[in-house]
This record gives sequence, structure tokens and C-alpha cells, in this order.
Amino acid sequence: MITIAEWRERLETESCYDLVSELFDRIERGKLNAFITLNKEEALRLAEEYDKGRVDGKLAGIPVAVKDCITTKGLRTTCGSKMLHDYIPPFDAHVVERLKREGAIIIGKTNMDEFAMGTTTETSYFGVVRNPYDLDRVAGGSSGGSGACLGGDESVLALGSDTGGSIRCPASFCGVVGLKPTYGLVSRYGLIPYANSLEQIGPMACCVEDCALLLEVIAGKDPRDSTNAGREFRFEPKERRFKVGVVKEMGGNDDVMGKFEEVVGEIVKPNFEVVEVEMPSFKYALAAYYIIAMSEASSNLARYDGVRYGYALDKLDTWTRYFSKVRAEGFGEEVKRRIMLGTYALSAGYYGKYYLKALRVRTLVKRDFERALKDCDVLIAPTMPALPFRIGELADPLTMYKMDVNTVPVNLAGVPALSIPIGFVKGLPVGMQIIGRFFEENTILSFALRIEEEVKDEIRRKGVA
Amino acid sequence: MITKEDVYHIANLAKIELKEEEVEKFRREFEKILEYFGVLDEVPEDVEPTYQVHDLCNVFREDVPSEPLPRELVLMNAKHVEDGYFKGPKIMEG
Repeated sequence: MITIAEWRERLETESCYDLVSELFDRIERGKLNAFITLNKEEALRLAEEYDKGRVDGKLAGIPVAVKDCITTKGLRTTCGSKMLHDYIPPFDAHVVERLKREGAIIIGKTNMDEFAMGTTTETSYFGVVRNPYDLDRVAGGSSGGSGACLGGDESVLALGSDTGGSIRCPASFCGVVGLKPTYGLVSRYGLIPYANSLEQIGPMACCVEDCALLLEVIAGKDPRDSTNAGREFRFEPKERRFKVGVVKEMGGNDDVMGKFEEVVGEIVKPNFEVVEVEMPSFKYALAAYYIIAMSEASSNLARYDGVRYGYALDKLDTWTRYFSKVRAEGFGEEVKRRIMLGTYALSAGYYGKYYLKALRVRTLVKRDFERALKDCDVLIAPTMPALPFRIGELADPLTMYKMDVNTVPVNLAGVPALSIPIGFVKGLPVGMQIIGRFFEENTILSFALRIEEEVKDEIRRKGVA
Repeated sequence: MITKEDVYHIANLAKIELKEEEVEKFRREFEKILEYFGVLDEVPEDVEPTYQVHDLCNVFREDVPSEPLPRELVLMNAKHVEDGYFKGPKIMEG
């Protein structure tokens, strides 16, 4: 894994052009399949500009990989789907404008589950992303490419998006740091929508400090996203005693719990006040999350009509036949499944049974977080309930959905949460989820920094993919 | 209970053409997933729904005209274009 500090140290004696070329060599020789589209020519041009001293900004000369659901002007953006396999956006997402303003080098667009619907990147039209620690295992999803490229030394920073765990899961599976910001902190302008009320773009990096810096760059006011809170973010690490709540309802199998409890016992308890918190609403959270996400998806993805952009048939037909055929051929199975179930949940006679019930659960989940976070500064739990899965292991959709059990409550409430690597079991990384109050990313990152200091040596030793 | 007819009905509402061989697989999966969603039956009715997590409402901006995207950029991703317009499928038969 390459941190910004390490990259900058090398820039003192080597050219940015050579370093970026080395990165592309590694990507092209590698087997991770972390990228869908590379931005090689433009990235090398920018690196040359940097070498001539013509680039400045907070991220000057730093490579960043961008998840392929975030639009990049003139650079193909597929969302992992056949539906958008040749889509060239005519504009930049707000976060991409900010990256460019700060001198970042966008090296490419990362692979992902189709329309961000998945936990393993196996639903991508462009093939599965492989885990840098074991090529037979998944990198997690849906931001699998963003996680894998960091874990596999193919980038220094990456952007992901998180609707129900899509940043935190691959961060956990690839042994990197990933943060889902508070809903509204980062503009969603240019994020291809899946479930608007749940999703946020967020930073992924190889250490806590880098993750914080990337958040500083992407967070802030944007009038083009009406849910944007208009707040800036500055990281000011605070040294103090945190009160930590261990969430009883967020667990895992023996592999994961063994490592998590070891870290709680040896690192968290000796340094901080620790209590156990109960969140009774969480037994409904997974079902509520999927109903809301699928319902919003069914409406959002109605835009793919094969007329203005996206997959189209050679011959126009009558509207219903053309529209239904474009969508049959352009969408993959998981996307169809979610659109159809969302359509069902919103259809006459079922709205009250599913959608409205899910919104009531959302209130209960939010209340549980507010109560627990009144008493505690942060809440912790394992990010994922299991180690990275073998490719093909989660063939049944419901079994896959259930792997999001620890991550989805956070999106229902809109609070921020981060995943940080805490060690390895059977050679595979384990992540800890740290959840905080609305807009208190600073507290989460400060606490994460303390944990990182304690586990750093083990992570660095194993950090050679 | 979800029947094959239900699956066809949902697919028609969602405007996704299904192949005969997909229907039974979706039917079985939908039944299993919806059965799991049944856990929500016990959620009390007297809880207010949350549509969005912040208290933001009616976010306005100044109504000022600005430069739109140039026409050629708007049309560049469309397959069927005529006289500077998108060309869509017929909305009526005949």
C-alpha cells in the first residue's frame, strides 16, 4: 500500500511521470481487474506538467482512482453496466471538479457491481474484481475496484460510493481505510443514482490521514445537489478519551469476532471507556434497507430508455416493445431483480406493507443511533460479518444481501462511518467499523488514528500484496 | 405466494422483457426475499415514517438563466438523432 507521504518522498528523487508510468505497468500486468477504463494519456500528461512545476493544490501529483458511477467529462463512465458501456459524460461530477482543482491525477475508473448493486463486484458487466490478498476471493463491493487498487499498490487514493456499505465492505476486504460521510456532506452531483436517500460518495485510502485529506477535498457546498448540507470539512485530530460503544447487534462469524474481540480487549479497553450498546431496531434494518433501496432504484433506473444515452437497439420500435427490450438486454440479472422487487414494493396494495413500513423502521433506527451516540462518542463493530468470500460463494441473492447486515443501518440513519483494518485472520484482512454522530467525521477519524497507531505494525507487515 | 403471472405483471410494470426460462428463477427468489421482508409485519404502525434523514425542506435557488450544455454534447450519446433532436420510439401503434 502506498501512502501520500511515501509517494511524496519518492517524488523528491524521481519524476512524477516515471512513478505514474510504474503504476500503469503494475495495473496492466496485474490480475486484479480493478479498473474498467484507464486515463493513461491524460494522467501521464498531467504528471509531466507536475514535473515542470505547473501543478499545485492539496493533491498535486497524487494519483486518484475514481469509481465508475462518478461521471468524468470525456472519460467513459459505465457504472459497471452494459447499459452504459459506451457512455461518455458531457460533464464532471462535483467531486471530480474538486479533485482536478487540487491537482490530483485521475488514473482511471474503477470496477464495481452493476449500478452499485452488490457486495462482491461479481455483478459487474466487466468481470469480477479480485482480492489483492487472495486472487480466488472477492475484493468486496460495490466499490471493489477502488478497494483492490489501493490494497494492490495500483493507486494512492480512491473514491467510492456507499449506499449500504459499498465503501466500507471493500475497504474491510482489501485492508484499507474507507469512509462513508454523513448524508449531505459530499455533493452527489454527477453520481449516477441508485438510491438517492441513502448514498454518499466517500474517500478511500491506505491510511487514516490520507482518507481525511481526501474528504477535505471532496466535502463542501454545491447548490446543484439540493440535499447538500453546505458544510466544509477540516481534519483537526483531537487527543482525548473517547467513550466507545460496542454494538451488540453487529456481529460476525468466529474468524471475524475472534480478531475483533482481541482488538477490543487488548487495544480499545485499556485506552478508552467501553460499554455495550443495544440497538433493538436493527433486526428490521436489513429488510427496511433493501425495500427502500430497491424502491428508489426502480424509479431511478426508469431513465434508461435507450433514447438519450446508454444501450440502444439499431431499430426503433413501438415504445413499450423498444423500452422493454433495451432494458432486458442492457441490464444484468441483479439489477433486474432489484428494479422488479422495488416496483412490486411500490405497487398498488403493497406500498403500506413494504415501503411505508420500511420508512417507519428508518425512524426507529435513527432513534437508536441518536440514543446510543448521546452517551458514546463512537460506536464500533466488525465491518463485515465474514472474511472475503471465495468467488462464486454467494450464489443466492438473499444470502448475499444478509452480508450487509452490519453496514446498512448506518445508511438508513445517515450517520457517518469508517472501516479501518485491524489485523489479519488466515492471511485475510479484517475491518472495524467506527460510527459517529452527524457531521462528526472529525471524531471518527481521530479515534481511527489512535487505533491505527496500535495496529499499524501488523498491517504494514502483511501489507505486501 | 408469488405466481409466474405475478412475475410477468411486475416485469410489465417495470418495463423489462423476460425470457420464459428466467421467470421461474425470479419467482422462487422473489418468494424467498419477500418472505424475509415479512419481518416488518411486526413493526408498530404508530411510528412516523422518515423519508430523508435531515430536516432540510424546500431548498430554493435563484431562478437565474445560465448556459445550458451545447446541443452536440447533449446528443453525442444518443444512437437515434434527427435534425438536432433525439428520435424516440413510436408512442402509438399504426
